[in-house]
Amino acid sequence: MARAFKSKVLTANRLIEGDVVYYTADGSWVGRHEDALLIEDEAEGNALLAEAEKLSGFLVGPYLADAVLNDAGKPVPTHFREAFRTRGPSNYPHGKQAEV
Amino acid sequence: MYSYSEFDTEFLAERVRQFRSQVQRRIDGSLTENEFRPLRLMNGLYLQLHAYMLRVAIPYGTLNSAKMRQLALIADKWDKGYGHFTTRQNIQYNWPKLPDVPDILQALAEVEMHAIQTSGNCVRNVTADHFAGAAADEIEDPRPTAELLRQWSTDHPEFAFLGRKFKIAITGSPNDRAVTKSHDIGLRMVRNAAGEPGYEVVVGGGLGRTPMIAQPLRDFLPREDLLPYVESILQVYNTYGRRDNKYKARIKILVFETGIDKIRQMVEDRFKIQRQVFGGNDQKLFAEIQAAFAPPEYKSAPTGAFDAALNSDPLFRSFADTNLAGHKNPDYAIVSISIKAHGQTPGDATSDQMRAMADIAEKYGHDELRISHEQNVILPHIHKGDIYEVYQELRKVGLATANIGLISDIIACPGMDYCALATARSIPIAQEIALRFDELKLEHEIGELKIKISGCINACGHHHVGHIGILGLDRAGVESYQITIGGDGTETAAVGERAGPGFAAEELLPAIERLVQAYLEIRSDRGETFLQTYRRLGIAPFKAALYPAESIAAE
Repeated sequence: MARAFKSKVLTANRLIEGDVVYYTADGSWVGRHEDALLIEDEAEGNALLAEAEKLSGFLVGPYLADAVLNDAGKPVPTHFREAFRTRGPSNYPHGKQAEV
Repeated sequence: MYSYSEFDTEFLAERVRQFRSQVQRRIDGSLTENEFRPLRLMNGLYLQLHAYMLRVAIPYGTLNSAKMRQLALIADKWDKGYGHFTTRQNIQYNWPKLPDVPDILQALAEVEMHAIQTSGNCVRNVTADHFAGAAADEIEDPRPTAELLRQWSTDHPEFAFLGRKFKIAITGSPNDRAVTKSHDIGLRMVRNAAGEPGYEVVVGGGLGRTPMIAQPLRDFLPREDLLPYVESILQVYNTYGRRDNKYKARIKILVFETGIDKIRQMVEDRFKIQRQVFGGNDQKLFAEIQAAFAPPEYKSAPTGAFDAALNSDPLFRSFADTNLAGHKNPDYAIVSISIKAHGQTPGDATSDQMRAMADIAEKYGHDELRISHEQNVILPHIHKGDIYEVYQELRKVGLATANIGLISDIIACPGMDYCALATARSIPIAQEIALRFDELKLEHEIGELKIKISGCINACGHHHVGHIGILGLDRAGVESYQITIGGDGTETAAVGERAGPGFAAEELLPAIERLVQAYLEIRSDRGETFLQTYRRLGIAPFKAALYPAESIAAE
């Protein structure tokens, strides 16, 4: 039996700055994980990923990362690596945590 | 210090021009990421978790004040005001933006530095003893050999696409401070019975997923045979090394699977041919390089200020106890600057600190600086009469931490705070341990103890050769830390022994405390180091301290 699909967000790094971005419901790419589109269908996820891979002039290394909705209905990462990517390093207030 | 020839300068200028054009073509869409990736990696540019990272080579760890100031300028102009000194005598910038990288490389070229071969399956930055040219125990300065190897290996067409990366380290002292036995090739400068200079050659060392201690290949290799011999090793590796499996592609696996005797025979057979290829120009070049590394003109001056300060200033005395090492000139000392202030990121220096170190080196230190694989900065030639002033200058910029070789002088890789390969974080673990033992005021009591932390199996943090090694892993979606004990990166090299199951991040610090407490209780006396106690008693008492519940259950 196929494993149940775990919900995902579509993420990548931007070509110029190298920072982390997420795909949103309106088709744009933004820096905040909570604004990402939560993908709950495997076929949809794969189709969006294939489209993102064509955006080589803008993105580097797109992939699907596990995420779930929190109590406020916003997508949050389930793995610590993805959680770090939403913030930045823990030794300095650099990266996304500095922008918020 | 070696100065670039016209050829070096033009080669580097051409490489910067090439990369500028490659970046331009990547940005305008002419190159895809798959096409661009190997090109950027050849120039030391990685894409990490949060940003690009540029790895710049500091050949054999040697810098002068002009180079250090330029590293500071780059940190200010194109990064976030700091740089990270690594365990392979490189410096990494964690936040460059792609369009700026050609300008950074241009700025590096202005001071005869670059990022070439800091990534990829080629011969990497040749590392050396950070006390080279200064150490009291040194037979000969290893840096001319390291520079010869750098020139030979840079852009060597035959070895640009090896099965895997290839690392060479060299020491000129019997006391190995360059971890040579954990390298693909380790060289130790020796003299034969007739007093002629040469090298002891070991091969097949490495850390990572399959840690191995290098094995002896040649007890004595005459100096003039070095390049043909090293080239023969590379040819054997390039021909027979595995390419079917990335994790079995390092020379250590070839040596292990083939056997050292057979490898030796293959290298010697190859060497008979290669020896003919080298007609002696390499030795002419070597002589020129050697002249560039002539010792500084040592000054003759009173050293009384040093002894007076030792007696009058207890903080300085503590600094002198840990941060000074013996110099070949008895009126001088080697000063290690700890880049490990308690609670700071191991190896991170701000641009202000870099400039301060450059100023001190220029004013007091014959304009020389070194970066150690232990992520500290060395002032190799300080006259004893100047040490107290140097210490006071260092204090002003927060660089007088007296902890070299102690429990808070921790090697830590960037871990999952930066690195895309990491499986867990390293930096916060190092910060916690350093702060805790500083708070306990125990580290001088504990004495020499090297903790080394890696955030993944690739072992950039050298955890296998830490007296206490810590390896961060992802265990079912949680950061988990595995402890090894008894590793040693010196001439008595050994791979640490795994203590048992890993610890969750919040359990790790108490576990390390139990481990150290056990050592303090069971050491024979204050003179017996942690490593010596481990070698005397084995791992059992340390295991019992780490896993008290299990030992009770077993009774």
